[in-house]
Amino acid sequence: MSESLQLTRAQRDDLRTIAAMIVPASDEYKVPGADDAAIQADMLATLGRDIRLVSAALDHLVRLAGGPLAELDATKRDAVAQEFRKNGGAAAATLVRVVLQCYYRDDRVLRSLGLELRAPFPKGHVLPDGDWALLDPVKARGGTLRRAP
Amino acid sequence: MIKDPVDVLIIGAGASGAAVAWSLAETKMHILCLEQGGWMNPAEYPSTGRDWEAKFFGEWSSSPNVRGRPEDYPVNDDNSPIKVVNYNAVGGSTVMYTAHWPRLHPSDFKVKTLDGVADDWPVDYDALTPFYEENDRMMGTSGLSGDPLSPLTHPPMPQQPLGLSGAIIGKAMNKLGWHWWPSDTTVATMDYEGRARCINLGHCTPACAQGAKSSTDITYWPHAIRAGAELRTHCRVREITTDENGMASGVVYYDKDGVEQFQPAHVVIIACNGVGTPRLLLNSKSDRFPNGLANSSGLVGKNLMFHPYAQIYGYVKEPTDSNRAPPTCLWSKQWYDTDLSRGFVRGYGVQFVRGAGPVFEAVVSEQKGILPWGEDHHRVFRKLNGHRLGFSAICEDLPEEHNRVTLDPVLKDSHGIPAPKIDYTISENSQKMMDHALARGREVLEMAGATDICINSPIPWGGWHLLGTARMGIDPKKSVVNEWGRTHDVKNLFIVDGSIFVTSGGVNPTSTIQALALYIADQMKQRLANLFD
Repeated sequence: MSESLQLTRAQRDDLRTIAAMIVPASDEYKVPGADDAAIQADMLATLGRDIRLVSAALDHLVRLAGGPLAELDATKRDAVAQEFRKNGGAAAATLVRVVLQCYYRDDRVLRSLGLELRAPFPKGHVLPDGDWALLDPVKARGGTLRRAP
Repeated sequence: MIKDPVDVLIIGAGASGAAVAWSLAETKMHILCLEQGGWMNPAEYPSTGRDWEAKFFGEWSSSPNVRGRPEDYPVNDDNSPIKVVNYNAVGGSTVMYTAHWPRLHPSDFKVKTLDGVADDWPVDYDALTPFYEENDRMMGTSGLSGDPLSPLTHPPMPQQPLGLSGAIIGKAMNKLGWHWWPSDTTVATMDYEGRARCINLGHCTPACAQGAKSSTDITYWPHAIRAGAELRTHCRVREITTDENGMASGVVYYDKDGVEQFQPAHVVIIACNGVGTPRLLLNSKSDRFPNGLANSSGLVGKNLMFHPYAQIYGYVKEPTDSNRAPPTCLWSKQWYDTDLSRGFVRGYGVQFVRGAGPVFEAVVSEQKGILPWGEDHHRVFRKLNGHRLGFSAICEDLPEEHNRVTLDPVLKDSHGIPAPKIDYTISENSQKMMDHALARGREVLEMAGATDICINSPIPWGGWHLLGTARMGIDPKKSVVNEWGRTHDVKNLFIVDGSIFVTSGGVNPTSTIQALALYIADQMKQRLANLFD
C-alpha cells in the first residue's frame, strides 16, 4: 500500500521549499509559513493515501527544477513554481491541497483568523435567527403552483 | 447450509430500503434486508476531529472512487462530465447528503401533457401526498409551511435560522423581486424522536455527529428493527436468481467474511438507487433473461438522469455563516416551471449555500486561481474566508436513452462483481437551462455586492441524484416497473428507489424516493392476497 511509502530527504526539502512559496510567513498577520517545522511535521504524519501523488508531484518538481528547488535563484524558482502550478495536474493539485489543509488547521494560523481551536463537535456554533420580516414581500406577492391536469 | 426462505428480501438499507422495510414490517412477514455496508459510528464522523475538513478529500469523500472503502464499489464514470457520488452503509446516501428536502411539484408528474416532452408518470402527486406526509414525520423535517410556489408541506419543526448568509440572500432576492423561501430540510431544529437538535456543526454533508441530520440509520431502521425486520450488514448481493417459472427465487451474496451465500425469498425488493439497481439487474443474467433481469424493454440502465448542477458563488464584504451552519438554508422556485421565452423547456430549483470552512475555501480558491501563492496569499485569503455566498441551480434533466449505466467489461469490485460504467452527456436543453441559471445567479450575487465570482457548471462531483434507469410506466415495452413498482417481467420483483423516476423534476429527489417507496409498500400490503397476479 502507498501508506508504507515515505518521502526521501530530498523530497521533504523540496516540499518545504514549495510550501513556503505557496504560503510564506507573515509578520503582518503574525503567522508562520507553510514551511514551519510543526506544519511540515503534520503534513508528513498525515500524508496517508496522498503520498503517492505527492511523491509524484515532487518528482515532477525536481525534473522542472533540474535539481533541488531551494538551490535555484528566486527568478528561476518562481518560473518553476508557475509551471508546476499551471501544468502539474492532479499530482500538483494534491500536493497543494495537502499543504493548505495542514496549514489552515494550525493553531497559530487559526488564531490569526479569529477562529476557535477546536473540532466543530460537540460545542457547535450559534446561528442568529435573523429578521424573518424579510420574507414579507414574498408572502405579499404570493403566487400559484402550475396546475397539473 | 440451506437457508429458510424469507417472505421479503430487500437489497439496500438506504433511503428507500429503510422506508419499505419499516412499512412492510407491520405485516409481521419475515423481512430481511441485505446491506453491503455496515452500521455507522457517529463518534468517528469528521466533525468530531480537528482534521474535519481534510477528511472530505479522502476517506469521507462523496465519491466512492476516491473514498475506496471496502464497502464501496468502483464506478467507471470517465465518460461523464458529472461523477457519481453516493454512500454505502446502513442509511445509504442519507448518511452523506445535504438534507435539502423539497418535493416534486404536481406538474412534474405530467410533463408530456403539459410540455410535450418525455412521459407522464403513471402515478400523480395526489397519490403520493399521504406518503410524503408520513415520510416527513418519520424523517423529521423542519421548514416553514406556506411557500406560495411549492407544494404545501407541514414540517413538524420550525425552519432553520436565517443566519447571516440567509439575510444577505433574502435582501438581494427582494430587491430583484424574486421568490425565495426557507428550505424544508431534514435537519432537526428541536429535539425530535430521540434526535438532538442542530447545534450548527456546519459540516453536515459528510454525516452529522450530533444526529440532528436525518439519516435512515437513526430514523426508519430502529423502528423497523423493533417491529421485527432483520438487517444483515456487510452482505453484498451479486445477483438475483430466478426459478423455472421466471420468478425471483432469491439472491446470491457475499457475507461479511466474503463467503458466497444463497438466500431464498418469496419477494425481492431492490433499493440500490439509479446506478446500483441497473448494475444488479444487468449482473443477474440467465438463460431465461439473457439481457439482464426485468429487461425485456431494453431500458434497464437507460435514461440516466443526474440533475446537472449549475453553481455560481462569490464573496461579499459582510461576514457570512461560513462553516458555522448547515450548508443549505433557502430555496427559490422562481424559474421552476416552463417558460419557453427562456429558450428551454422545463426549469430548475435553486438552493442557496451559506459558505465554506477555511480549508475548503483555501483549496478551492487556489484551484480557481483567485487565491495567490506568495506574499499576497494572506490578504486575499482573509478577504475570501468567511465571506462566501453560493447559488446552485438543480436543473431538470430529461430522460435520454443514450445516458446510461452498463457493466464495465474490465472494472470489478472487491468481490469480483462487474462494476457499473456511466455514459452521459449534458443535453442542449439542460445546457441552456444551466446558462440561464448562471446568469440569474450572477444577478443575485452582484445585487448582494459579491465580487470574485466563480462558476462550477456542472459541479463535477455533483452526481448525487441517480434517477431513471428502471423507469416506471404502464406499457411493458416502454418501462421496467409498473405503476406500483413491480417489474413487468418478474412478478415477485419490485424496485423502490430513484431508478423508477420517469422524469427528474428540478429538486433534490430523496423525499420523493421515500414517498414512492412507502406508496409501493402500501400497494403491496393492499394486494397481498394476489400480489403475483
